[in-house]
Amino acid sequence: MSFLSIRNLSVRLKNGPPLLRRVSLDVAAGEVRGLVGESGAGKSMIGKAVLGILPPSVEITEGEILLDGTDLLRLSPKDSRRRIGATCALIPQDPLTALNPSHRIGPQITDRLVDILGWTRAAAEARARDLVAEVQIADPARVLRSYPHELSGGMRQRILIASAFAAEPKLIVADEPTTALDVTVQKQILKLIAGMQARHGTALLFVTHDLGVVYKVCQQLSVLYSGMVVEDSPVADFFAAPRHPYSAALLAATPKYTDPGAGLHPVPDAVIDAVRAEVAAFDRGAARG
Amino acid sequence: MADLYTVTNLRLSLADMTAKPLFGAAPGIEILKGLSFTIPKGTVVGIVGGSGSGKSTLGRALVRLLEPSDGAIRFDGTDITHLSESALRPMRRRFQMIFQDPMSALNPRHRVSTIISEPLRLHALDAIPDRTARALDHVGLPQHFATRYPHELSGGQRQRVGIARAIALEPDFILADEIVSGLDVSSQAQVLNLLEKLVADLGLTLAFISHDLSVIRRLCQRTIVLYHGGIVEDRPTADLFADPQAAYTRDLLDAIPLPDPAQVWT
Repeated sequence: MSFLSIRNLSVRLKNGPPLLRRVSLDVAAGEVRGLVGESGAGKSMIGKAVLGILPPSVEITEGEILLDGTDLLRLSPKDSRRRIGATCALIPQDPLTALNPSHRIGPQITDRLVDILGWTRAAAEARARDLVAEVQIADPARVLRSYPHELSGGMRQRILIASAFAAEPKLIVADEPTTALDVTVQKQILKLIAGMQARHGTALLFVTHDLGVVYKVCQQLSVLYSGMVVEDSPVADFFAAPRHPYSAALLAATPKYTDPGAGLHPVPDAVIDAVRAEVAAFDRGAARG
Repeated sequence: MADLYTVTNLRLSLADMTAKPLFGAAPGIEILKGLSFTIPKGTVVGIVGGSGSGKSTLGRALVRLLEPSDGAIRFDGTDITHLSESALRPMRRRFQMIFQDPMSALNPRHRVSTIISEPLRLHALDAIPDRTARALDHVGLPQHFATRYPHELSGGQRQRVGIARAIALEPDFILADEIVSGLDVSSQAQVLNLLEKLVADLGLTLAFISHDLSVIRRLCQRTIVLYHGGIVEDRPTADLFADPQAAYTRDLLDAIPLPDPAQVWT
């Protein structure tokens, strides 16, 4: 039984072109699904739809987002928000803009627990201390009293990971959580996310453009092109033999330092033309209804 | 082979604004701590390091957007370490730069043709339309792109315009600072292939700053690894990958996530 099940989700710009084209995917409890694709393919859009934070300029035109069996799109906005807030969390891309620069770190983790989930302040603060220690920050008490600008990028991302896990969510959407980081810091953060996810048994929807990262963290993979899922495979199968020509080309374009001959092959025009034709055929089918 | 750049004991300090008192000057903080190396003509040198290692500062010193505080930079026999802006101007044509984010490096209100030809006008060159057309040709953009605006182009096409602007001046040296890190892998591959071809066709010398060792391996004959403003390794790229000497280089290599079961992160 999947904790998150997205069925035929279509999203478009209001009165504009489609952004997601009947996207379906499942994330089982405790499982990590990677979402990859190039800029504009719609990978972040899926995460936003799940969390109910789509920008006002877009609308959902069809489909279901089943969270633990309940379709979020059939609930009132208030009920849907409550359900998402109680069971889901986000690890955002840019740890600096995600933290309020004028507040100390501690309250930024605990306020949600106290104000929204009704914890006592003492319980929330104890939880924050434990989590900050769990994300391997050396001096939790000092860090909780710090302001975001006093911490490095890696430290800030650790804080956001701690904050995401604070209320023991069932599902976390991680939206390019290491893209803004250095590779040596990225390695630490990926290990941390994978370790915490496994320990807490959290389902993870992991948005990234880096196939190496997918291999390290994910078990399942959806490859997107122009808002359409072109491949949905277990990660091991994908790397052994990608099924769709576009995802194969994406893999061939990924640089690999261990093999200077491999990688960095541009996606051939023929592959792009073919996948565009698939998208166009889909749109014609959708227009006929 | 003759050296295009000879850098000796280069030091560079910048004002540390985080430590600036309310009144009075900010204290200096040393970013580059005595670097010495050479760049032979016609080679592609990679400069890698983590954030804050000083790689962009080093690049900016090479093209004299920053003035070193100590040491010397010689460009093709001329000491450019402390040259004045007016003395530098005629030389600037010979060392050009391609920037990381083409969207902010290209004037959004100018057409591609103006963007490429502006530096040609500043250097008072002749046959500007010919040179502009040739530059577009070199980067594989059709001539009708000349009338487009940056927002009408894809990320990869914008970066091609950035490259066209740099090569239009027929420079000896180009500094490319993280020019593919904002691109998708498919455009990344195209831009790198293009750069490789231009280096060969035009006999360019290139310094390629990147945090991505996979990209460096593909493009560069030699690699300089920076760590906290110092050089920890400066060797032919093939040797560096086969047998990294510095502990930091090994960390950097191991941290690249590979789709390879042989790589185990401990």
